[in-house]
Amino acid sequence: MSFTPPKESYPGKVYPVTIGTGGKAVTIGGENVLSFHSFEGETPNRPVIAMEIQDVPPADWPENVRKVFEGVSDDPVKWAKYCQDELKAKAIALRLVGTHPDRENRTPADAVQTVKDVLAAVDLPLIILGSNHAEKDSAVLIAVAEAAKDRNCIIGKAQEANYKTIAAAAMANGHKLIAMSELDINLSKQLNILITQMGFDKEKVITDPMCSALGYGLEYTYSVMERIRLAALTQNDQTMQQPLLGDVGMYVWKVKETQAPESDLPQWGDAEQRGILWEAETATALLVAGAELVIMRHPRAAAVVEKVIEELV
Amino acid sequence: MLIIGEKLSIIAKRVREAMMKKDKGPIQEIATRQWKEGAGIIDANIGPAEDGGEDLMQWMVTTIQEVVPLPICLDTTNFSAIEAGLKVHNNEWGRPLINSTSNDPERFPILELGAKYNSQVIGLTVGKGGLPADAEERCAIAAEIMGRAMEYGVPLEDLFLDPLVLQIATSQDHARHVIKAIRMFQEMNDPPMKTVVGLSNISNGCPKALRPILNKYYYLLLAEAGLTAAIADAHEMAEAEAEKALFAEVAAGRQIADAHKQAEISKTLDVMMGRTLYAHSYLEM
Repeated sequence: MSFTPPKESYPGKVYPVTIGTGGKAVTIGGENVLSFHSFEGETPNRPVIAMEIQDVPPADWPENVRKVFEGVSDDPVKWAKYCQDELKAKAIALRLVGTHPDRENRTPADAVQTVKDVLAAVDLPLIILGSNHAEKDSAVLIAVAEAAKDRNCIIGKAQEANYKTIAAAAMANGHKLIAMSELDINLSKQLNILITQMGFDKEKVITDPMCSALGYGLEYTYSVMERIRLAALTQNDQTMQQPLLGDVGMYVWKVKETQAPESDLPQWGDAEQRGILWEAETATALLVAGAELVIMRHPRAAAVVEKVIEELV
Repeated sequence: MLIIGEKLSIIAKRVREAMMKKDKGPIQEIATRQWKEGAGIIDANIGPAEDGGEDLMQWMVTTIQEVVPLPICLDTTNFSAIEAGLKVHNNEWGRPLINSTSNDPERFPILELGAKYNSQVIGLTVGKGGLPADAEERCAIAAEIMGRAMEYGVPLEDLFLDPLVLQIATSQDHARHVIKAIRMFQEMNDPPMKTVVGLSNISNGCPKALRPILNKYYYLLLAEAGLTAAIADAHEMAEAEAEKALFAEVAAGRQIADAHKQAEISKTLDVMMGRTLYAHSYLEM
């Protein structure tokens, strides 16, 4: 008797979401099975890695990831072109961290200029992120959403405290929206409901349940993502069927394991390789949990993850 | 179902102020109202009461029993405050109930009080460590508490097992685990073990308008599972009893005439039974 592997089928499906315009537009989501379970159903689109750049030089990034972008990271346009032309990135995530009141406190007008310059220089899909300051993000993201009108970007992150203004700006200018909650599946669902109750199309939302790095709560993010995906597929919960985002690089490159030099901790081995692996491991775990979009910093970590995706799809 | 009126709790501002000032008026008014609404025991929750707990509990017991012919549920973690309350409790109106012992060694001596004063005791099925993961773990802890009750001389008929209701907004799966635990607890002895829950914790953290809806229908689910007693709002539970027939119709998959009520009950049931994920706006979906 031959063995027939059991197959699961699910009533629900993840919404396919297209970002960007023209030949470089990409679509994520669309599957009706768990991550990489292409043997059970449809997985029309592969997960996408977006390379992270920012509006101000990455002085706060650890040396081992900062040095990769030496000569380009002083200018977001050069940096974006480098990601597009040299790294062959499929998407770029522009973090407007310089607008944070405790950082350079750049104005919404400054941010608009950066976004316009980047959009003029590259034709990749663009994710535009605020500085994660709820109040300032409202002002900044409204302005940049308008500046990026009709380029089909992803704007984020809308949180409980500021979702109304950010969602309205994304809706008015034809963008997708990141809805972020803090590691709470019930609040994640609630935020999606509130955003769609404003009239925002539920199929244009990307859910960010909040990332955490390997060793720093990754299992919480993993578990919330997995439960969101199971609700989407097994319960056909239409408020939970959005693609999932893992904002990996930002969380990974601030933990001790990606920073401590080998001279301090010889038992931990080469610091550069360690950092790259830390980012790759974190991203891979979240892809397995259900993420369709991951934002990463180190090109070699991204290459490792790209290879994993290649082997699993 | 025995309702243990929950309204005299130190958490409520008006009650706390009355306790601090030893102002009998609000305490007696609230106690009387709960009695009229159908409560069979009045809960007196004085919190940890580290300073002056003995006086406060005695004052609460006598103040309530001056106007209401019901026994008191002595609700505090302060051992000597419970004993002080038991000393003045008027058993003519029924035997007191102590809230509570558990599987935490610090709470074992509560059983001594139960035996000494011929009081009933609530056994909360938690240990010193984390919260019980499921119904089975609750039963394992219940068995420990039952064994200990017998050792200390508290008859099992006087022990009420409490599976610990958790908030549906953050611990949705536990709503089901608790229902299952109520069924399983009864199987643990013959005659069946008595059970009790702190009902309104189910809706703690939920929007105000949702709370009575969640409380009422969870009460009816637990009643159906055989629950003996609930620390709850007597007024709300009277409303729940009035909706019992409608609830049973919807739970059985039949349509009722009131479409709004139909949706309210079936969506709430879906959330409680884990068929849909809880969100504060679940009724609007």
